[in-house]
Amino acid sequence: MRKQVLYVISILMIASMILAACAPAPAETAAPAPTEAAAPTKAAAPTEAPVATEEPMATEEPMATEEPVAAECTDAIGCLDIAPGDPVHIAYLLVVAGPNETLGIDSRNGIEIAIEDAGGEIMGHPIKFDGEDGGCSAEGGQSAGTKLAADPTIVGVIGTSCSSEARVAAPLLSSAGFVIVSPSNTAPDLTEAGNANNYAGYLRTAHNDQVQGAVAAEYAFNELGVTRAATIHDGSLYADKLQQVFAENFTALGGTITGQEAVDPAQTDMSAVLASIAAVPPELIYLPIFMPAGGFIIRQAKQTPGLENTALMGADGLFSPDLVEAAGDDVEGFKVSSPLTTGEPYDTFVAKYNAKFGTTAPISIFHAHAYDAFNLIKAAIEASAVQDADGTLHIGRQALRDAIFATSAFPGLTGSLTCTPTGDCADPNIAVYEYHAGEYPPTVIWPTQ
Amino acid sequence: MRRNWRQRITITDLVVWGIGIAIGAVVVIGTIATLKSGKYAPSTWVDLSIKGLALGGVYALIAMGYTLVYGVLRMINFAHSEVFMSGPFTAVFLANYLARTGFLDRQPALSMLMILLLSMAVSMSIALLLERVAYRPLRTAPRLVPLITAIGASFFLQYTFRGLYGSGFEAYPIPKVLQGSIQLGTIRLFYTQIVAILGAVLMMIILYTIVQRTKMGKAMRTISEDKEVAAMMGIDVDRTIAFTFALGGLSAGAAGILYSLLFPVVNFFMGFFPGLKAFTAAVLGGIGNVAGAFLGAIIIGLLESVGPNLFLDGLGIPTPSQLKDAIAFTILVFILIFRPTGILGERVAQSKA
Repeated sequence: MRKQVLYVISILMIASMILAACAPAPAETAAPAPTEAAAPTKAAAPTEAPVATEEPMATEEPMATEEPVAAECTDAIGCLDIAPGDPVHIAYLLVVAGPNETLGIDSRNGIEIAIEDAGGEIMGHPIKFDGEDGGCSAEGGQSAGTKLAADPTIVGVIGTSCSSEARVAAPLLSSAGFVIVSPSNTAPDLTEAGNANNYAGYLRTAHNDQVQGAVAAEYAFNELGVTRAATIHDGSLYADKLQQVFAENFTALGGTITGQEAVDPAQTDMSAVLASIAAVPPELIYLPIFMPAGGFIIRQAKQTPGLENTALMGADGLFSPDLVEAAGDDVEGFKVSSPLTTGEPYDTFVAKYNAKFGTTAPISIFHAHAYDAFNLIKAAIEASAVQDADGTLHIGRQALRDAIFATSAFPGLTGSLTCTPTGDCADPNIAVYEYHAGEYPPTVIWPTQ
Repeated sequence: MRRNWRQRITITDLVVWGIGIAIGAVVVIGTIATLKSGKYAPSTWVDLSIKGLALGGVYALIAMGYTLVYGVLRMINFAHSEVFMSGPFTAVFLANYLARTGFLDRQPALSMLMILLLSMAVSMSIALLLERVAYRPLRTAPRLVPLITAIGASFFLQYTFRGLYGSGFEAYPIPKVLQGSIQLGTIRLFYTQIVAILGAVLMMIILYTIVQRTKMGKAMRTISEDKEVAAMMGIDVDRTIAFTFALGGLSAGAAGILYSLLFPVVNFFMGFFPGLKAFTAAVLGGIGNVAGAFLGAIIIGLLESVGPNLFLDGLGIPTPSQLKDAIAFTILVFILIFRPTGILGERVAQSKA
């Protein structure tokens, strides 16, 4: 009797696992299917298309729209044919769970608004939008990247959130032939010419940390008048590179770096590293790291003899409502460098965002970059894809890449975007923000308007 | 005789001893080099030691759970780190509520007591539930079975709490009276550290008294000697084992609140590292031994806090703080090479043989 019960339970267990595995991916926001196959002829008119359509490479099909395109594929890295009514599949690889989830969820929110603004369709095809959590770590990037790379219906991926994810996910997605547009990777080597970590088809709408590190150093040296600074990183690609750029620029300006320390991302007790910094006391500690380590350092620095009044400064990784929560009153006066987006289209976007997600302010900073990332992909599809009379869409993967890399003076929320041959599309505008206890978002303090 | 001695020493022994001596040499050379460089003021070492003591006290309370359960059941309860997490992660909601209404600052002692009791109650319930559901049915199973069950239970609890309370971070409010510090000469003591150290010592004394002086404690010790004979002598084995788990849960719940005073942010994963360290401490002190767990925990706490700067800074190793866990575990290896039963382990091993 007992054995039978056990048998039934184990069968149920296996069944539930299989069911769970086959369930649709969460957070899928497939756009509504078009009610009729409107099948517009190809929107190739370059007068309106924001992407400059300098004729892509020779591998591209002739742009004649009248003739039905031959079935065989002439694109160098593969083609994607989307039948009438089938969706254009765009995926995300963002951190949407765990301690840094606001960063990725915020970006995903931006994309969802972009999809709404596009009317839920690209060239008459509905948009299928889903994705994977990257966990803001190399391991998460690896598993999410592997999963996405195995899906041949994907046209482009928006992501990753964190540079560590990109380091392992970008090669996977790149060899799968996708275009990858990151709204928030900032590590310099991802778009450095000739660098092994700069993969084909990878672009970003976020600023390069060469810019952010320089701005932070300039603010610290010229505006705060600090001449001695220490840095702390957490071993992540983003933090390590950014503190290095900061240190180089700060030294070039005439400052002294008193120490470059590191912590573990999961560390809670920061007394050893802070004691080590306090041994040669700096006037500023630059900690371009993430949550929760950032919160612990801010709290414990105030309790470390010699560092009670040392200025603390972070970067966009600590632009998070969780920091206000985690650091309590000690967050007062904490500074972060982060992109500043302004302008009328952005205000309209924020109003939509708040209405859609019930917030009083966007929950992180890269929503506009994600919005732009989606629109870059959309514009590039419109510029490079070929459409048959019945609505079938032929996307050449290399042609799509060429079209997106040819983006020039694209009017985005974050500015006028022009992609370099190495994949930097941002129009960076970095500001310094200051936190006040119990308040989010922090206020812009520099550059003063 | 001489040949005998040579035969008994194997290559493995030599390698192990070599590792042990190398670790010892690194520690000694690093310490001398750091102290010679004079980079740190003496007060820095005092500060770090006090932090280490406070941390060690918390580890000791968690380690009690491991060591008591090992004592009666000869099994390692790897889900204990989740017992530790469940208390403070639940009590944070009460704490936040009290902070919002201002009660926390008006009546700090009463509120802290309420928070502490809630945390202890939750941790105890989880520990009892764990024993009843996951371990009791497997008590006669081979040793590896409950061990694997414990790991499974650990994940189950972790993700249950993640599902219940979310994966984000919750900040612990600290009453105003506990914020700040007093200066004793060159030594600065934070109130939270004082509370953590005193609380841990008090809890340890209570636990030690229960185990050594009460009837229930006697029953626990009897079961750890021999379960069958204890049952024949009229001791209710199930009840006593449940009591042991309850005791471990209570001390873990108290440890959770003290830990949250030191590091006032909680989330569902907070138990993992403290649990691992406490387990290490229990092994270091000699698992199954209450006094040993306390001693081991203080050593681990101190090593972790003072170790990176003291041992590695002088050797010119960059960013030693990242290696603080490595130091704690390397020292564990070092001590176990020379004392495989732990620092106070021998007495137990003999009496139970």
